[in-house]
Amino acid sequence: MNTARLRWRRFVSYFMLTMTGICAFVSVIVLFLILGYLLFNGGTSINWAFFTQLPKPVGEVGGGMANAIVGSAKLLLAASLIGVPVGFLGGIYLAEFSGPTVASVVRYAADLLNGVPSIVIGIFAYSLVVLPFKHFSTLAGAFALGLMMIPITLRSTEEFLGAVPRMLREGAMALGASKWRTIKTVIVPAAYRGILTAILLALARVAGETAPLLFTAFGNRFWSQGWTQPTASLPVVIFNYAVSPYEDWHRQAWAAGLVLLGLILIINILARTILSRGIAVPRG
Amino acid sequence: MQGSPNPGLSVNISTPTGSTGAKDHVAAGPMRMSIKKVNFFYGSKQILFDISMGIADKRVTALIGPSGCGKSTLLRTLNRMHETVNTSRLEGEILLDQQNILAQDVTLLRRRVGMVFQRPNPFPKSIFENVAYGPRINGFKGSISEVVEKSLRNAALWEEVKDHLHKSAYELSGGQQQRLCIARALAVDPEVLLLDEPCSALDPISTAKIEELLIDLKNLTTITIVTHNMQQAARVSDFTAFLLTGQLIEFRPTPQLFTTPGDPRTEAYITGRFG
Repeated sequence: MNTARLRWRRFVSYFMLTMTGICAFVSVIVLFLILGYLLFNGGTSINWAFFTQLPKPVGEVGGGMANAIVGSAKLLLAASLIGVPVGFLGGIYLAEFSGPTVASVVRYAADLLNGVPSIVIGIFAYSLVVLPFKHFSTLAGAFALGLMMIPITLRSTEEFLGAVPRMLREGAMALGASKWRTIKTVIVPAAYRGILTAILLALARVAGETAPLLFTAFGNRFWSQGWTQPTASLPVVIFNYAVSPYEDWHRQAWAAGLVLLGLILIINILARTILSRGIAVPRG
Repeated sequence: MQGSPNPGLSVNISTPTGSTGAKDHVAAGPMRMSIKKVNFFYGSKQILFDISMGIADKRVTALIGPSGCGKSTLLRTLNRMHETVNTSRLEGEILLDQQNILAQDVTLLRRRVGMVFQRPNPFPKSIFENVAYGPRINGFKGSISEVVEKSLRNAALWEEVKDHLHKSAYELSGGQQQRLCIARALAVDPEVLLLDEPCSALDPISTAKIEELLIDLKNLTTITIVTHNMQQAARVSDFTAFLLTGQLIEFRPTPQLFTTPGDPRTEAYITGRFG
């Protein structure tokens, strides 16, 4: 064996090992850098007032983002009420009832919808909900976020239902269960953990969306007066505060970012907890 | 009970009428189900050719034959599980108590004709809920826990699971899971129980337990079992049908079929010359 060639091969092997290792490390370190940066810049601004008070006018120190936190919660709740039923039931139809042609068309459309830039979804919600009612509203923002949740919920519902072993369906049907009953009592329960996890991840994803809210939920310095009124939300507040010229607002924006990240982290942990509970169908 | 492979078991078989006739001719004795001139297709491919046979009441009927002979397909037509494949087509008649099952409501039919599959398929629920599933979906009014206990006893599983009925069914061994599936099927009190190679995924000890169980279950219900294991057919069944390439070659009382087969192909198969 040619030793020069062998040495070259060893070099390539070590080089690639190092490169892949560095890249894996970088992807982890980015998360911790962001987290550390947020903690460093925003940690000091997080206090009880941040969660309970309204923003103070420019120049006054202190105040909080209670309205944005509640606003985000309301937006996510209403968005789930719109996006989850449509995506979930549509996913059931796709996995259990539709023919292969319809399924592939709907699947493709859902993938495209998932790829539509969020700002375009915002414009769509603006022209469909904001313009006819002539003002910005929580509902319009929730509508935009809900639309974004549909394709993720639909595709994951379909995928998890499809992964339920055929022999479980047959077991239920052989006991005299109708198709719908089989779906309701065996197939969905066997797949619910995966579906719920996907829904929570979809929720975490839209929780950070800013663009679709800019001209739907708009923003609000005060408490929102109801579902048909504009509302503050964490991502939009972060955007507005970050581009402002005020030092104090910058700090508040960091803090809001930290809260948002914490929220998403909680949703993720929740998803994992759900995954580890209940009876899982063994693979294979 | 002719040629019981397991004389040690005290099995009390109640035969309503003319049980001796079955010795001489398969068609004698009360028939629970009758298969009449059944042709079966997947798409344009014909799987079963002109099959006619009866399933004797409170007996074990075995379907044997090499892989791909259509024995599982034939079994699945008996509770219309073949309809889960869209391209399937069935010609002929299958009678249950003289009524054509193809004209009945399929969910009602499957409550009367239960099925146990090749591999244990418990639901992702507790042991209790698995057995309770059938009665629950069928609107059973009464004590579910009594039905569960009775079914588990009939499936010879009660003693092993009675203290942890609320554990996941997946914590049981493969053989226990299969007996759980039998208990689940028994819980709706089926008139006929179909078993599709129920021991093919099990170890010999679990297999022996299920075979004993099947012989006991003849008191309760009519059994049809598909098996690729000839010894198993010989041990548990009263009648055996031998299928080859979609055709019913021979159907006789089990001892006769295995000792004096009437067709050279049957003899070749049971002596292990192919299969």
